[in-house]
Amino acid sequence: MLKIRIIPCLDVDAGRVVKGINFLSLRDAGDPVEQAKAYSDEGADEITFLDITATHQQRRPMIDVISKTAEKCFVPLTVGGGVKNIMDIKEFLLAGADKVSINSAAIKNPSLINESSKKFGNQCIVVAIDAKKKSKNWNVFINGGRVDTGIDAISWAKNIEKRGAGEILLTSMDRDGTKNGFDLELTSKISSAVNIPVIASGGVGCLKDFFDGIKLGGASAVLAASVFHFKELTIKQVKKYLKSKNINVRIDNLDK
Amino acid sequence: MKNVLIIDYGTGNLKSVHNAIKKVSEKQDCKILVSSSREDLKKSTHIILPGVGAFESCLNGLIKTKVLSYLEEMVLEKKKPFLGICVGMQMLATKGFENGEFAGLDWISGEVNKINNPNNNLKIPHMGWNTLKFLKETAFTKCLLKKMKVTNLNDISAYFVHSYNFKNKNANEKVITTCYGEEITAMISKENIIGTQFHPEKSHYFGLAFLKTFLEQG
Repeated sequence: MLKIRIIPCLDVDAGRVVKGINFLSLRDAGDPVEQAKAYSDEGADEITFLDITATHQQRRPMIDVISKTAEKCFVPLTVGGGVKNIMDIKEFLLAGADKVSINSAAIKNPSLINESSKKFGNQCIVVAIDAKKKSKNWNVFINGGRVDTGIDAISWAKNIEKRGAGEILLTSMDRDGTKNGFDLELTSKISSAVNIPVIASGGVGCLKDFFDGIKLGGASAVLAASVFHFKELTIKQVKKYLKSKNINVRIDNLDK
Repeated sequence: MKNVLIIDYGTGNLKSVHNAIKKVSEKQDCKILVSSSREDLKKSTHIILPGVGAFESCLNGLIKTKVLSYLEEMVLEKKKPFLGICVGMQMLATKGFENGEFAGLDWISGEVNKINNPNNNLKIPHMGWNTLKFLKETAFTKCLLKKMKVTNLNDISAYFVHSYNFKNKNANEKVITTCYGEEITAMISKENIIGTQFHPEKSHYFGLAFLKTFLEQG
């Protein structure tokens, strides 16, 4: 049976892991390469690595950090941040990424999703949606949460599925860094609107939040940053808890 | 002295496979080659064909290397240990049906079809860790078991990312399966040829043990 994935996320800025609240006020949380290795050894099912200021600062993604991270981590590595075109995606894959997450570039040039998924396979194209509640709906934001596109998140999710994306990384900007739990309404609306896996992100604060994201949000995977970075929860703890709640998680490697 | 050749045909996550082989061959007299040259194919003791992307574009990439017939000589005649990963396994089939109908290498009889999803209730791609079912014991799986330091292979999972399933013809060539809506071929084996639908390079302890076992073949 397919297992629910627990994904620690490394938000990277200028070569260091950082963590912000509602996408801003970053604070330092360590070395990405060491953290990725520690997570991988601890039983992380995947690792996500986001260069969160790359688009905003208009600089090249840090290929060398990605490549060093990939050397230490023998679980799937998703890399995102600052991806503009097919060449960037190729460069990430060559550096050792298994999947590439695109966000701003997909909004500016949606055909990039079609082209890249055709060239590299649907499975390695993840489209990230940063969504923020606007009265009854959610709008898609780009440039690291700085620009409101005015596009409805649910219709955008359907659109990117049609264009060939393999997965959606859904972040609630309202919940990001708040530890108030995932935006379950948003997560469940998006995951029932599409047939591709949805990774829930933004807001995990306690064990129950993981369970709710899966059970109530319908997510195929749950992603968290702060709770893991600051060692408030360990991956092992989360998996044991979920297993006790009859969620199917990978636990076979945890005791080695 | 081992020479592990990772075939570079302009597609795929060669780096991940390279990193994993590097890890499992530490302290061994082992050289890793990433190329598609005749010279390296000749030198190689073990050949790995990774694969990420669509069936047709991978196949075209392989054809463009112009060493396909030499690769066939090395694998089918010289019997060098060969490992095809994901689309690298799917390409060994007789035919593939991803975005059309395409002839494969036909090293292993069978067809590659989209994962059956009649009620549209499965998330496709099949992405993530899934439990493996070992159908039979082979010299390879015995060695793997020993490396895993476990007494049985129940409850072992591996990482999958794919939308197509290799339905091979001969049941005795199927070693491991998993389940996702239907039975999914996870590992095939025929003489010196091994193919995996899962990604050993991304399957952590299990995957590394798998690759280590592969390097001991031949």
